[in-house]
Amino acid sequence: MTLDRRRLADHAAGWGFAAPAVVLIGVFGLVPVVWSFVLSFQHTDLTSPGTFAGGDNYAKLVADPLFWDAARRTIVYVALFVPVTLALALPIAVMLNQRIRGVVLYRLAVSVPLVTSTVATGIMFSWLANPQFGLVNAALDAAGLPKQGFFADPGQALFAVVAMTVWGWLGFAVIIYLAALQNVPRDLIEASSLDGCGRVRSFWHVELPLVSPATGFLLVWLTINGLQLFDAVYVTTKGGPLRATTVLVYHLYNEAFVSFDGGYAAAIGCAVFVLIAAFTLLQLRFNRRSHYEVR
Amino acid sequence: MRRPSALHLVLLPLSAVMVTPLVWMLLVSVSTQQESRRFPPGLPSGIEWENYLAAMRDAPLGSWLVNSFVVSAVCVAGNLLLCSLAGYAFARIRFFGGRVAFFLMLATLMVPFQIVMLPLLIMMRSLGLVDTLGALIAPNLATAFGVFLMRQFFTTLPRELEEAARIDGASRLRTLLQVLLPLMRPTLATLAVLTFLQTWNDFLWPLIVVQSPDTMTVQLGLQSFQGAHTTNWPKLMAGTVLSQLPVLLVFFFAQRFFVRSVAAAGIK
Repeated sequence: MTLDRRRLADHAAGWGFAAPAVVLIGVFGLVPVVWSFVLSFQHTDLTSPGTFAGGDNYAKLVADPLFWDAARRTIVYVALFVPVTLALALPIAVMLNQRIRGVVLYRLAVSVPLVTSTVATGIMFSWLANPQFGLVNAALDAAGLPKQGFFADPGQALFAVVAMTVWGWLGFAVIIYLAALQNVPRDLIEASSLDGCGRVRSFWHVELPLVSPATGFLLVWLTINGLQLFDAVYVTTKGGPLRATTVLVYHLYNEAFVSFDGGYAAAIGCAVFVLIAAFTLLQLRFNRRSHYEVR
Repeated sequence: MRRPSALHLVLLPLSAVMVTPLVWMLLVSVSTQQESRRFPPGLPSGIEWENYLAAMRDAPLGSWLVNSFVVSAVCVAGNLLLCSLAGYAFARIRFFGGRVAFFLMLATLMVPFQIVMLPLLIMMRSLGLVDTLGALIAPNLATAFGVFLMRQFFTTLPRELEEAARIDGASRLRTLLQVLLPLMRPTLATLAVLTFLQTWNDFLWPLIVVQSPDTMTVQLGLQSFQGAHTTNWPKLMAGTVLSQLPVLLVFFFAQRFFVRSVAAAGIK
């Protein structure tokens, strides 16, 4: 009897503590996921009640050339953004892991873009890459090269967005790699150098394999964020010029808030979700195989 | 005396490239109009504080900053309180439905925001919250990530700490407040820094749920300001500097927490 009363008190206390957060997250985080799925089978402008649409929205998705264009651009963006960020971050993290003078200041310089908002970043880069008077064109001009349009040039805009977002995310990747490198035991590197490994070889054969969990994490994390690219495009090119930067989520935004086709936008959202989930699972499976333990 | 490392030859230019955008943001913000548009760009001849006054005068920058502060402060407070309570419950109390609730909550972490935002907008409309600060606060008052962070923290604490207090007859809430709270401080600081950064820099959700200039956060306001003043770069940059000042201050003064937070959360 007393035992039961104590269990009952536990249930009450548990829910008493957890309920406020659970209710908020359930209502604003979980319910909308199911609702979004329902929306994707409706005709709705998101203001008035929707009507049942069957598979119309998904049929439209398959036949919509703008959707496939946006998907292609998103893939191109991710295929550049993720490898470039990783390839820059690891060598920088290795350098910042050395005991040299002023390393704290270097770390500060590399990580400060992290706190800079995408809106501020977009405004700064719009000035830097301005076709008429921007700093980047001044550098090109000084090197005897012709001025470029960057965000204003349909052939370059997506690459300009890649450069801008790499600047914004590099510090994050460096911090993750630094944390991983600091966990590599020093005696392991000393042992490899006693065995005749040079600095470069010990990097390839000791440090690189040992930071592979960090690489795996970054690969997933940067890809998930890359597939959701929106803010950086909105504040620089608004999807242009000539749709050159209209990526999937930007297309979704256009459909929902410019064309007021909420049901179709929800269908695009579900497609993005499937893409992200598929990639994450694939990556996790691959990652498990290339995982090293230090004992 | 050690020989200076050759790495400086790489790190120095690299650092210069990384801080260049921010440095030029500051330089343009104190330039005259003509100086901001000449080619090639150069250093301003004097300091035009007038740009900052003009930015404050021509846009409701003051109320945007206040809005951002209110939203961020309430969300930080909400997360600290609600995520601690829930995290403690999930880590320490066995209660009916607790595990299911925890795993469902974790599942929401995998869902991209673009999925959630359309129904969320409909919800806000029926709650009458569209175009109010409430719409910006409600979905961020408690986050699944925060609960997860706090739960992970409580599972690392030895149980003996609480058991002693419980045997002495203290209630769970009192144990939490008097015995555990001092130990929670670093984790709470991490959660506070992250929540602040995320709500302060948030853009997409304010963009779709807020329309009137009086309700805008500073990020959204700045973006609308950019659309309206593309020709006046110094004024725009002055506004940008003001919008980034709070996060930069947090960054410089909470460096240690910040780096740990980023590593813990994977958030930008």
